[in-house]
Amino acid sequence: MSPNANPVWSLIVTFGLMSLFAIGGANAAIPEMHRIAVEVHHWMTDREFADIYAISQLSPGPNVLIVTLIGYSVAGIAGALAATLAMCVPTAALAYFVSRWLARSRQSQWPSIIQTSLVPLSIGLMAASAWIVAQAADRTWTAALATIAAAVVAASTRFNPLWILLIGGCLGFAGVI
Amino acid sequence: MSPDSSPAAIPASDRPAPADQSPPTVAALFFAFAKMSLAGFGGVLAFARRGIVEEHRWMTADEFNETFALCHFLPGPNIVNLTVVFGSRFRGIVGGIAAFAGLVGPPMLLVTVLGALYMRFGDVDALRRVLAGVSCGAVGLLIAALFKMMLPLLKRRDAVAFVVMVLVFIAIGIMRLPLQAVLLVAVPISIGMTFLIRRRGAA
Repeated sequence: MSPNANPVWSLIVTFGLMSLFAIGGANAAIPEMHRIAVEVHHWMTDREFADIYAISQLSPGPNVLIVTLIGYSVAGIAGALAATLAMCVPTAALAYFVSRWLARSRQSQWPSIIQTSLVPLSIGLMAASAWIVAQAADRTWTAALATIAAAVVAASTRFNPLWILLIGGCLGFAGVI
Repeated sequence: MSPDSSPAAIPASDRPAPADQSPPTVAALFFAFAKMSLAGFGGVLAFARRGIVEEHRWMTADEFNETFALCHFLPGPNIVNLTVVFGSRFRGIVGGIAAFAGLVGPPMLLVTVLGALYMRFGDVDALRRVLAGVSCGAVGLLIAALFKMMLPLLKRRDAVAFVVMVLVFIAIGIMRLPLQAVLLVAVPISIGMTFLIRRRGAA
């Protein structure tokens, strides 16, 4: 990043643009966030990115809050606010107008076609997210095993996800992972 | 805000009357979404559905699904889209902003405090180990969510969808190509294929 570029401005441009391309929600945009924050701008290391992802999952609220943390680590409180609003406002405005437009044209087949065709795209994006965060988080065999165990438990039971995160934290504290 | 975006604009015939007819106030929107959001560990959707449909009865289950489907195929954080669309349906733009502030404000404060603590103590060994453990759990949760989304696709044996999914994964996850470039190619192809398949199915 060039030293004279204002980091808050570059956060707004980055996430404002990402907002409009983030099909499948914040979790599907993780690879793009990683690419920009770690590889393009060098805002943080791979490990810090994995940590920030963990913190954002550990706190309640929408998944998009990982953007708040990226903004905070780049430019403090102003960065946190700028990044979060940039990620939310363009797409929320779009949703507002599209919903009003759709309320008037309910007979069209296009919403259903677009929706059906975007599903595999957003699943592919989420798979890429899982792959990228897993590479950063699972550097040992025990860590990979813990991830697999967490995935199996979360997929097959109705266990509260918070418990899975807390058990992971305890195992980490105990030095198992 | 014109009155045509109020829930009354939806044809009354396909809309069973919700139990609570009085639209929520702006303050009620803010507090309801703040509450749902702060309860929402690992995603707010389940809590939003419970709050909106079951607790407050602001929408029927079908209306909720319809609104969510719309917000799911639009880009950006789905639950944020849903919140804004929902709030503005009852109280115009002010309602949308209030619901959004409730959803994002309080947890944002919380996560910023956690972020500040991390920046201060991130190198403490015990915290590093805890976060490493939490990361493993978080990745596991993501994989589980992925599996649940993939299941209907696998059940339908939808080959086209499967190929699109794998190609997007390779382009973004392995080759690390920029998102915009990949989507500009993949979105038209996927929409075109879906359209052709439907037309052939109908003919």
